[in-house]
Amino acid sequence: MADLEELYREIILDHYRNPRNRGELEPPATRTEGFNPLCGDEIVLSLLVEADRIVDVKIAGSGCSISQSSGSLMSAAIKGKTVEEARALIGTFKQMLSLGDNDEVASDAEPAPINLRSLGELAALQGVAKFPVRIKCATLSWNTLAQGLDESGN
Amino acid sequence: MEAVSDLNVAAVREDFPILQQTPRGVRMVYLDSGASALPPHGVVEAMSTYQETTHANVHRGVYATAERATFLYEKARLDVGTFVSASHPADEIVFTKNCTEAFNLLAQSWGEANLGEGDVVVLSEMEHHANIVPWQQLQARKGFTIKFLGITEDRTLDLSNLDELLDGAKLLSITATSNVLGTINPIKELSARAHAAGALIAVDGAQAVPHETVDVTDLNLDFLAFSPHKVYGPTGIGVLYAKREHLADMPPFLGGGGMIKDVRLDGFLPADGPQRFEAGTPPIAEAVGLSAALAYVSSLGLDAISAHHRRLTSYALAAIEEQLAGKVTVQGPVDSPQRAGVLSLTVDGVHAHDIAQVLDTYGVCVRPGHHCAKPLMRRLGVNATARASFGIYNDVDDIDTMIEALHATIKMFA
Repeated sequence: MADLEELYREIILDHYRNPRNRGELEPPATRTEGFNPLCGDEIVLSLLVEADRIVDVKIAGSGCSISQSSGSLMSAAIKGKTVEEARALIGTFKQMLSLGDNDEVASDAEPAPINLRSLGELAALQGVAKFPVRIKCATLSWNTLAQGLDESGN
Repeated sequence: MEAVSDLNVAAVREDFPILQQTPRGVRMVYLDSGASALPPHGVVEAMSTYQETTHANVHRGVYATAERATFLYEKARLDVGTFVSASHPADEIVFTKNCTEAFNLLAQSWGEANLGEGDVVVLSEMEHHANIVPWQQLQARKGFTIKFLGITEDRTLDLSNLDELLDGAKLLSITATSNVLGTINPIKELSARAHAAGALIAVDGAQAVPHETVDVTDLNLDFLAFSPHKVYGPTGIGVLYAKREHLADMPPFLGGGGMIKDVRLDGFLPADGPQRFEAGTPPIAEAVGLSAALAYVSSLGLDAISAHHRRLTSYALAAIEEQLAGKVTVQGPVDSPQRAGVLSLTVDGVHAHDIAQVLDTYGVCVRPGHHCAKPLMRRLGVNATARASFGIYNDVDDIDTMIEALHATIKMFA
């Protein structure tokens, strides 16, 4: 039960019930879709990047509390950040879940210390690491972000 | 706890050591038999006894152990044929690696030989991907048409345009029981109407065979595929029943050893009968385990098993209606006796994965997701359900625990 409460922190439930930056953006914003075939989670990420800065972001789609709250938390975290900062955040977020850049499970070696404070509210998703099946739900929006940044030439 | 059926569940549970496991520190409530039923001790023992005393390749050696292995493997074929009441039990059962492969065999062999432009195959909207994708793959090469029987608002098969769809069709390939809705389809009627239209009928028995008597002769089925590990047997083996006259005309599926009469440098002559479709070393230990599983199920009696599932299903439906009405939706027929022990649940505002995650902490094992039936999910307008499916070892305590956990889920996400 303790693990469950750690998984479903109040912040996560709040972002699930009241997702931030909900919706889609018109062009020239880019639109990237992400799917988690395992449970049918879908994310539609709209990104408006101007002068290497994410000036606006919207998230649409449907799925479980972890995938949707992760998307909501991510949108709040990256809005206004530079592309470089957003990319760094993807890495830190995955590191928190003990994942490498390509979602491989990090080795048993002592993980590099992460600055959880740099993640802010995103640190609420740390409990997901104890539920391996749900990690894909948490990373869906982040992988979609990486793809979206690539596709928008950033 | 009240007694719910002719099955002595307490005694049955003794046969399943895995139920003593407590992966979450609480009593394990296994409600995922629709995905894979647990194997009883007798199945595990039969397989390990075979491995420790009789292991050899089949259809090759002349030494005593090889002879015995071949005997056990062919006995399994006979046991399966007898279990589904095949007219020629030794000649009409093909072992595959799973139920999905059985459909692939059917499409790649029978479909390859019999389907072309202008032909029609009829499926339904409630099919598992195993009975959709192999036909779509073949369609891309052969150019026939696939038509789909729809479902009604009460989640049963829509038969209103059946004759129209079957007009000119060569095959009706359809599930006997929906793995999502629990709907039991009128296979005998479908079989008669398919044949009247000049079509053959193939049936997906993955959910039906563990739940009720499936008599291929009485139902006059041309093909039946099922999944041994859903009938308390092992994984790694699947079954395709096909009428002897169909098998005789079907080209080989996979090529290699075991499936030939002769091979020369310029060609090969395929073997007759089921062996034509069993290239390479087959799943021998698994076949032995399957024999043991079918003997076990027969000893309990499929009528008693059906009655047990029906009582558990009624109990669960009544409990949901009484305690969770308006919060939990059952995606399937709720009033019909024509339903199997499969309950797909959705909760407004709570995703199936979150339901399953909370249930897991109560030891309740259910399956969240699309259940390999994405067209059906779209038809239902949901992207996932949490599915509870019942087996011979479940009792009302299990359902009570699930209901308690559903209350907790709703409380957490409210």
